[in-house]
Parts: sequence; structure tokens; C-alpha cells
Amino acid sequence: MALSAEESGRLARLLSEHADRLTQRWTERVGASLRGRLSQAEFARQVQELHRSMIDATRNGLTELSAEQGGELRAVLAELSRGRARQGFTATETAISVFAVKDVLLELMEESPDAGTLRDFVAFSALIDQMGLFTFESFVRTRESLIADQAEQLLELSTPVVKIWEGVVAVPLVGTLDSARAQVVMERLLQTLVDTGSPYAIIDITGVPAVDTQVAQHILKTVVAARLMGADCIISGIRPQIAQTIVALGIEFGDIATKASLADALRHVLRLTGVDSARRHQRRES
Amino acid sequence: MERVPVLKIGDILLVSIQVDMSDQTAVTLQEDLAERIVATGCHGVIIDITALDIVDSFVGRMLSTIASISRVLDAETVVVGMRPAVAITLVELGLSLNGIRTALNVERGMELIAAARADEWVLTDGDEDAETTATT
Repeated sequence: MALSAEESGRLARLLSEHADRLTQRWTERVGASLRGRLSQAEFARQVQELHRSMIDATRNGLTELSAEQGGELRAVLAELSRGRARQGFTATETAISVFAVKDVLLELMEESPDAGTLRDFVAFSALIDQMGLFTFESFVRTRESLIADQAEQLLELSTPVVKIWEGVVAVPLVGTLDSARAQVVMERLLQTLVDTGSPYAIIDITGVPAVDTQVAQHILKTVVAARLMGADCIISGIRPQIAQTIVALGIEFGDIATKASLADALRHVLRLTGVDSARRHQRRES
Repeated sequence: MERVPVLKIGDILLVSIQVDMSDQTAVTLQEDLAERIVATGCHGVIIDITALDIVDSFVGRMLSTIASISRVLDAETVVVGMRPAVAITLVELGLSLNGIRTALNVERGMELIAAARADEWVLTDGDEDAETTATT
């Protein structure tokens, strides 16, 4: 238990008696730590909100931040740290916004010292420490969800399937190909084949930094799946070093066509589909 | 018992599988198809599996068997309309349906069979030309 019910009541009284002075001093300290990266009005509002919910919670006899009475206070703290995390503040800067109230409380309590002051301050500190830790946890959680979101966005951004000719789609792979990405690429390519009715697909690996057995395995699986659906795949964009690695590792692409560049691959496909018409045109011209 | 209809379109037999394949249905389909190929003298078989959500090893083997039977009877088999999810599952299972031709949809399948037949006609044309020149 961070503090007893009586101590909680005394904290509520202290917070509400000197409300104006307390919020003003608190705002000053928070402002100093944020060094002007957040507008005065913005963090003054945050401090006031925090102050008000602290009074509410302690009036209801809050003894522990995790208790039922702390619900609103926790929500306010979580909101504060979520905002800070998204705006790019550090964890320390976020936590100081909460810890600053300790100094202010100490100032207020030193003005009228009595036998219980020290004991009270220690108890109040314990509660504020809990608040600080909670802030930190929310901050970390927000950051983690941000990272997860970004990873997902990256997954979507980096795997486009583009139609480059009537009946020909291309997948320019960029970045390292792991199992998750390979799965997304495969699903998206196959779906595009169905949607566009394209019988040819070119997988361009110019942007893949390294090809090992696992990456090759993923590419081969995609090609086999496309074949099952009735589309043919061509692998293009194999750089010299990658060609050497492929041979050194003994990776067999079997009867899958491989080309050095996307242009070669496209020419290959066009030859497969349009050779007759091209010849006829030439004959007609001659 | 459910039966899969076999439709004749020109020189092609079209089999559109719209029901869940049970073992008995698959066996009946094989028999029906073999009979129809002989009866009609068709040279192409298109099996449309657009409606199939699940293709297990048994159905996979059935497709292979049908392709083999048709080849013996001088008919080209094309499996069309396989769903992406089905293709991914088959690859993960290691079933690559060797020896089966595939196409994205019925239209492409018909083109594929027409192209395969056209190649043969070109060959026979060439032979006839050679013969005529030899006789003259």
C-alpha cells in the first residue's frame, strides 16, 4: 500500500488548498524540462488535468494507483504519455512531468513543518513514484505499438504488384525477404494474377540485398504456386554477386526462366506471347 | 449421390466442379470422363476448380489420374481457376501436381488447348506439303 486513507485525504487537502500556486510551479518545472518543444497552453492544460484527477482520486481515498479509485488518474497518465511518445519526447522527459510535482509538494510542506511532515512526504512520494512508473510503462507500450504499426506499413509499402504489359505483372522485391514478407508477396501476387487474368509474372530481385537458400526457397514456392494456378513466372534482376552466391550455394532454379534485367524478362515474355504477330507485321512492312 | 456434369463445347469437354469432392464422386467422375472422351472423340478436357475451397491429396491425385487417362485417349487436360489459397496450401504440402497443365480461367484454358492442337495441325500440314512435293 503506497499510502493510508488519512494520508490520502491530507494529500487531497494539500493539493486543493494551494491549487493555483501548485499548478503554476508545476507548469514552470515541466516547461523547463520540455525546453519549449510543447506549447505553454498545451502542457499547462495537461498539468491542470493531472492535478484535478489527482485531487479527485485522493478525495475518494486512493491508497494505491492500481486501485479502483485510480481509474481516471491512470487514464489521464496514459493519455499524457501516449501523446508524449507520439510527439517524440524521451521517456525521461515524460516521467519528469509527473515527478516534478514532488518538488512542488516539498516546497509547500516545508512552509508549515510539523512532526508528521516527513512521514507524509515519504507516503506522497511513494504514490507519485507509482504514477511515474505507470507513465513509463504506458510510454513504452505506445512506442512498441508504434513500431508494430510501422513494421506492418513497411510490409505493405514494400511489396507492390504492378502490371507492366497486357497480361504481364511484375513484383519488384525490395529489402530482405523473410518468411512473413515472402508470404505476403506470394498471396498478393497470386491474387493479382487472378484479378488481372495475367498468365505471366516477373519477380524482380534487384532490390534484394542477399539471396540465401531460404530466400531462394521462398521464391521457388511462389513460382510453383503461380504455376499451379496456370501462370508462368520469370525471375529477373539477378546481380553478378548474387549469381555467384546462387551457384556457390548450389541453388537449382530448374526450368524457371532467369534473366539479368527486368527488360530482358519482359522481352522474353513478349517473345513468348507476341512473336507471331511481330513477325507478321514485319512481313507486311517488307 | 452427387454427380459432376461433363459438358461438351465444340472439341472440348468442360468439367466444372461445384460440389465438395467425395471419394465416390471423384471415382465416378473419372469413369464418366473416360467414357465421354471415347464417345465424343474430344481432344481437350478442361477441369474448372474455381469453386473448390479445399484440394487435398486425394483430389490432387484424382486430377493427375484424369490427366493421365485423357493423355492415353489423346486428349489434353487443363486444370483452371485454382484459388490462390489452394495453390499456397498445395505448395506447402509439397504437392506440385506434376504433369498437369494449368490456366488462370476457362478462357485461357481453351486458348491453351487450341494452341496445343494448332501445333499438331502445323506439323501435319508440314508433312502433307513434304509428301506433295515428293510426289510431284
